[in-house]
Amino acid sequence: MSVVLRDVVLPLTPFTLDVSIDFSARTTALYGPSGAGKTTVLELIAGLRRPRSGHIELGGRDVTRLPPRLRRVGYVPQDDALFPHMTVRQNIFYGARDDGASVIDVLEIAPLLGRGVRQLSGGERKRVALARALVTRPEVLLLDEPLSGVDVALRDRVLQYLQRVLTELPIPTIYVTHQMEEVRALCEEMVILERGSVVRALRLE
Amino acid sequence: MSSAEWQILGLTLRTAALATLLIVPPGLAMAWLLARHRWRGKSLVETLVALPLVMPPVATGLLLLELLGRRGPLGGWLHRTFGLDIVFTWRAVVVAMMVMSFPLLVRAARVAFEEVNERLEQIARTLGASNTRVFFTITLPLAARGVAAGLLLAFARAVGEFGATILVAGNIPGRTTTLSLAIYNLVQLGRDADAFRLLGVSVLIAFAAVWITEAFLRRRT
Repeated sequence: MSVVLRDVVLPLTPFTLDVSIDFSARTTALYGPSGAGKTTVLELIAGLRRPRSGHIELGGRDVTRLPPRLRRVGYVPQDDALFPHMTVRQNIFYGARDDGASVIDVLEIAPLLGRGVRQLSGGERKRVALARALVTRPEVLLLDEPLSGVDVALRDRVLQYLQRVLTELPIPTIYVTHQMEEVRALCEEMVILERGSVVRALRLE
Repeated sequence: MSSAEWQILGLTLRTAALATLLIVPPGLAMAWLLARHRWRGKSLVETLVALPLVMPPVATGLLLLELLGRRGPLGGWLHRTFGLDIVFTWRAVVVAMMVMSFPLLVRAARVAFEEVNERLEQIARTLGASNTRVFFTITLPLAARGVAAGLLLAFARAVGEFGATILVAGNIPGRTTTLSLAIYNLVQLGRDADAFRLLGVSVLIAFAAVWITEAFLRRRT
């Protein structure tokens, strides 16, 4: 399963995103400064934005014109976007394709299931958002700065959860971040994005 | 209260409730289209929808009379095809209420829909939800407060409707005389005590409507 962006062009302000990227590693970091277009790349893959030109392929099929609901992409946005009027359980099972047992187990969410979203801490919110995406059995997981907005004291724990997910649930993952330590801890490859262009792509040891 | 007064109250509540119910599907659809989409002719439709708010109700009533009368384009067709008469019947009362209440519902619901974070709808789509499911599970529940307030406003406007009703439905005792028209009649006849009794009824309806809406919203949060 790989994600390929072929000559994808989308004008942004103040630059134009213009990239060709082949995400074929298990975990690829999309690394770069704020405002480089990293989130936009995720939104293009998820189908929340359409490129002006170019093609997007998921596992060999062209999804450029496919609506988001048919793409089977697990997108965890930076702001979690948990549904505020639902419980944790309702959030997680909103788009579930299985009973979620393994995901709930790995992320240790069972004690949270009955709670309202407003009663969760920053770290708990991240885990719930991650679980909600994973139980749809996505073909690719898109994580947008999952450690941002999490208390420094809790970062290591969330990072451990992420490591568990990425090793125990084999889903190809694109990981947006501007923290090098997260890249080192979690990713096999790294694509560096600056002002809408790929400046380097490399394998990590 | 006399039986005639009970009849007036029943007619008013039934027609206002029916009018409010009937504008819900088109009202919410219109509000959603205005809040979430850009399309050709949108500003024209926006203006048309708001028109009954700013036009004198009597003028709106006259337009409806021309449109729905037996010799009017729509009324004539309904009469010929279904043998259905609108003007000067309870149906005209409902139509007048609907036209006057529609913009209030659309406005309130539109603002409520616009305040729902689009991000949540987008994420619901990436989780596999269809547009219909997104609307009923995300947009509508999160906009419930504003939509309920719009329904209350629409219902209240329907109960209080006077100008358009008197033109298109007339003021026929026992058939099209609603609460507002009855109060007007009584004052004209100098029966102030009776008018005040109906005024009291109006206050009770208003109080109950607000109270029920508030109770519904309290339960939701």
